[in-house]
Amino acid sequence: MSEHSTYTPGNSVEKWLDDRLPVVRFAKEHLMDFPTPKNLNYWWTFGAILVMCLGIQIVTGIILAMHYTPNVAMAFDSVEHIRRDVNGGRIIQAVHAVGASMFFVALYIHMFRGLYYGSYKAPREIIWILGVLIFILTVATAFMGYILPWGQMSFWGATVISNIFSAIPVVGENIKQLVLGGFAVGNPTLNRFFSLHYLLPFVIAAIVGLHIWALHVPGNNNPIGVEVKESRDTVAFHPYYTMKDLFAMVVFMIPFAWFVFFAPDILGHPDNYIMANSQVTPAHIVPEWYLLPFYTILRAIDFNVLFIDSKLGGVIAMGGALVMLLILPWLDTSKVRSGTFRPMFKWFYWLFAINFVALTYLGAQPAEGIYTVLAKVCTAYYFIYFLVVLPVLSRIETPKPLPTSISESVLGKAHA
Amino acid sequence: MATQAEHSSTNRRDFLYVATGAVGAVGAAAVVWPLINQLNPDASTLALASIEFDVGAIPEGQSVTITWRGLPVFVRHRTAAEIEEARAVPLADLKDPQTDEERVKEGHEQWLVMIANCTHLGCIPVGESGDFDGWFCPCHGSHYDSAGRIRRGPAPANLVVPPYEFVSDTLIQIG
Repeated sequence: MSEHSTYTPGNSVEKWLDDRLPVVRFAKEHLMDFPTPKNLNYWWTFGAILVMCLGIQIVTGIILAMHYTPNVAMAFDSVEHIRRDVNGGRIIQAVHAVGASMFFVALYIHMFRGLYYGSYKAPREIIWILGVLIFILTVATAFMGYILPWGQMSFWGATVISNIFSAIPVVGENIKQLVLGGFAVGNPTLNRFFSLHYLLPFVIAAIVGLHIWALHVPGNNNPIGVEVKESRDTVAFHPYYTMKDLFAMVVFMIPFAWFVFFAPDILGHPDNYIMANSQVTPAHIVPEWYLLPFYTILRAIDFNVLFIDSKLGGVIAMGGALVMLLILPWLDTSKVRSGTFRPMFKWFYWLFAINFVALTYLGAQPAEGIYTVLAKVCTAYYFIYFLVVLPVLSRIETPKPLPTSISESVLGKAHA
Repeated sequence: MATQAEHSSTNRRDFLYVATGAVGAVGAAAVVWPLINQLNPDASTLALASIEFDVGAIPEGQSVTITWRGLPVFVRHRTAAEIEEARAVPLADLKDPQTDEERVKEGHEQWLVMIANCTHLGCIPVGESGDFDGWFCPCHGSHYDSAGRIRRGPAPANLVVPPYEFVSDTLIQIG
């Protein structure tokens, strides 16, 4: 969209700089004048909210690292030290911990928005795939961060997840020892997870850069999924969407602040306020809520399939759940992007959303009785949605007529 | 003729390209390997690889949990009834077939020594519980019998018996 440059250097200093390093031109074209569809709704503000979340985590994280000690003897106490002794540490630590949860709230909304409006479809496949990579890296970062307070859930969460590696045939045990730096989770594990937890957010930030770069090639998708056809379909990013995004950020910060100030521990688990003990397993291990859907899929496979035992089967299913997202652009071949104009897709989409919430709920329940049955049903639908529903709908569904342009749809709504 | 030679098959320059590239790749791998290998268990971790433990103090029908290589290890002094129960199980009933004799040392059948991590995802099973008078893992519901063999649930294998031997009648060396 940079073919029509909107920047003219104002004075000789700007001209001098523009000939050497055109940062001002870049900012003007991509952060201010970038032509953005004029019909974006509030679901489109979560990209900016996520940039804010990443910023919050990086800033609070760097501060926490100034007071934290990554050693099994001292880690648990150093987190308490941050919460009790460090000036403002109580709030900064709470913002970081609550921030992780809020990050995933925004991340899931952002992903489900893309799923509904078909934002993964051509020519935006790379944007979507980079987004899935960001999601996977964020999961890894959050998981390693949860180890650092060295409580019981930290330790046993790490034990359970690192045992996933041992499901790999032949070399699994060696890979597990390579990851942990020992035969069990211990001091070497804590040290390297701290190092990687500090590194990965910057890798994420770099991929976010690519994600936005890829976005700025075709420009934004929009709620009707019809491409921008002329300049009156768009408005400048600044001030129209900078202000809209800022407003959404402020609204997003209200529940965020409520958690930080009034219930900083409500999203955590009481067992994590007991220091890690390699001799005692908590009665009921649950991962953080944002990992539960995938944890349910891992646990749902409790039967052998041919030569694949249940443990490896669970790991394959969990990895497969992420692979579904990566190959999604080629599973849904319907030419219509927006779910608004797909009468059948809509139903399956909302069923998928409810199913995802159910997977989250089931991950927190004990693996027994009716829960194991429901976990299998929900896991099955997760895969059926991608592998059967989307490819079949693409062929048999008759979409509703599309508006001819963004302007027509906006004006039509105003007159209706 | 010369043009034809340049276009056909391989010449000296191609060989030099491939040879240089290969040496470079080997060099890069040689540099990367130590950077990965540092993640493997270090000398101080490996130094804990062997311990001795006196089982004599454990009364019949009780267990202790000790630490070996950072892993919890169950040492159980089994009752005669438990041993009998374990031996009565037909191998066909087992998911990971192993006789009771294979899981203990000859002449010391009452001592069961096992790594206390569930073979599913590593939680510590609870002793003297489950449907088979052995262990029950509360994390994902695996049941083990009185020989520590998997009987029901998601775990793929029996509780692991570490390498150990009886140094004397009551002293075991693990590792």
